[in-house]
Order: sequence, then C-alpha cells, then structure tokens
Amino acid sequence: MSSEWPLWEIFIRGQHGLNHRHVGSLHAPDAEMAVKHARDVYTRRNEGVSIWVVPSSAITASSPSDKGPLFDPSNSKVYRHPTFFDIPEEVGKM
Amino acid sequence: METVVDLDAALFEGLCRMGDTTLVLGHRVSEWCGHAPVLEEDIALANMALDLIGQTQLWLGLAGDVEGKGRDADALAFRRDAWEFRNLLLAERPNGDFGQTLMRQFLFDAWHQPMLKALEGSKDARIAEIAAKAGREVAYHLERSADLVIRLGDGTEESHKRMQAALDTLWPYTGEMMMADDVDRTLAEAGVMAAPDSIRPTWEALVAEVLGEAKLKAPEGAYMHKGGKQGTHSEHLGHMLATMQWLQRAYPDAKW
Repeated sequence: MSSEWPLWEIFIRGQHGLNHRHVGSLHAPDAEMAVKHARDVYTRRNEGVSIWVVPSSAITASSPSDKGPLFDPSNSKVYRHPTFFDIPEEVGKM
Repeated sequence: METVVDLDAALFEGLCRMGDTTLVLGHRVSEWCGHAPVLEEDIALANMALDLIGQTQLWLGLAGDVEGKGRDADALAFRRDAWEFRNLLLAERPNGDFGQTLMRQFLFDAWHQPMLKALEGSKDARIAEIAAKAGREVAYHLERSADLVIRLGDGTEESHKRMQAALDTLWPYTGEMMMADDVDRTLAEAGVMAAPDSIRPTWEALVAEVLGEAKLKAPEGAYMHKGGKQGTHSEHLGHMLATMQWLQRAYPDAKW
C-alpha cells in the first residue's frame, strides 16, 4: 500500500441557491471515502448542504509565471466594466 | 435478580443502560483523539465520540429526572463507581488496534440503529424524542463503520487478518446486546423501551450481510459474556473511569 492516499479538493455548497465553494483539500483512498471525510472535516459546524470532491490531479491550474501575459492585458480596460451605461428609469434596480 | 420491578425504577435502569453505553463507548472512541492513523479518521472518530457523549447527556439527564434525587447527567457520569454503571460490556472493550475499534463500532452500530428506531415508537414522548435525534447521528455512524469494515475486511492480507482477529475477539460480547432481563421485560410490556431481544433479527441480518461482503467469518457457538447491564464489569471499566472521572473526583463540582 502506498503510504499516502491521493489528494482531493473539496467543494461545499453552504445554502440552497449558492455555488459550491472550494473549502480545502484532504486525503482519501477513493471518491466515496473523500465525501465521508469531507463531511467529517468540513461540515461539522453545519456548513453544508452539498459536497463535491474532485481529485486534485484532475485540476489544471494556470502557472504563476504566466501571470503577466494572462492577466496584465485586462488591467487598464475600464470600458469592459459595464459602468458607462445610463439605465433607463423604467428598468429599475439591476 | 429482582423479579418484581417497579416501573420508575426499571425506567431509571433502562435509561442508564442506554446512557452509560453511549458514555463509555464515547469515551473509548475519544481516546483516539490525536492518535488516529490519519487526520481525516482522527476528526471522524472525534465527531462520533462527541455524538455519543451528546446522546449521553440526553439519556442520563432523563435518567436523573426519572430518579428524582437531584442527580443530573454529570453527577451520574462522574460520581458513580464501576458497579453502578449499566453499560454493555462491548462498549468498555479496549480500543486495541484501529481494526478492533472499527469492528466494535460496527457491531454496536448495527444494534444501536435499529434499537433507536424501535425507541422512536416509545409511549414515553421524552424517549421517542431522544431516539429520533440520536437516530439521525447513528445512521451515519453505521454507514461509516459498515463501509470501513467491508473495505478493510476485503482489503489487503494484513487488513483482513486484523479485522478477522478483531471479530473473533469481540464476538463473545455481542450476545449481551440482545439479552433481556426483568428490567427489559418490564419496560417492554409498558411500551416505553423496546426489548433487546426484539432487535436480534435485524442485527443478525445486517451483520451477516456486511461480514459476507467483508469476507469475514463470525465464530460459531461462541460463549457469550453478560453482566454489564446489571453492573458486573470487566477490569477495563475501572481503569477507564479512573481516567474519565479523576477531575470531578479530585475537585468536586469544578467548573470551567
């Protein structure tokens, strides 16, 4: 037996209607046990109504060294924020 | 053993049997805190220990009310000696290795869950209420312990060997869970607590199913120990109580 169980990323939905949010990670031999462990580790204070577990290895992350090319270009483009439109009165609050 | 049992006296006994069993098992499980093989199991075991101790507060709290001598759950838990405890012998078995702890849990959960289900139908609303609340927690305990027994029983050669050894060691302590005495019969006739022997068919079916899947074999014709429910305990309980009770014994009424 390998000494380490694989790592799982845990997502919990706190209330009906909200999105699942990443809460942390834990070790478990398989997905079913990962759900049980997540229940015990992350929902003991009544935090959750739903749990997702994802093998950490299935997540492809952007590389920190690509930060510049990936994110810098959007830095100075205020016109991408929808703040330049006058909203007609009859639309009301958006 | 008494043959004529007053209902209130029987009820006090019956409630102590439930509450002492959850207390002793809860304390046993809590002994793993900080020692479990992995962090995830450590937290899972601590959660379960807390569930059991929470249930103890309800059972022993009610026992104190029924007794009417001003003893609350804490007084019953920390100021009684081993011979006054009414827990099942299975609950006081030492933790052993992780396999033994899990096997003890499964053999108990397989009884605890149907027992609470039956107690939900109690004519005494206070008992039905506690059983309903505890039942939700115990449904998860059973799911978890059954799953782990199957995984480890049908796991590696080493895990199978340990689970079989755990089963052989603990099996002689299972019979007591389903033995009824005069107290049990008095309570069952009054409709306030289910008779332990009525749980047997459910327990046997569940245990047979899980052990089958786990590729484990229950010993046949084993001698069954008894006496815990009447206050005759193994040497292990005294040691456990010494640890559990020392603070209240050394500093009576100490508070946080």
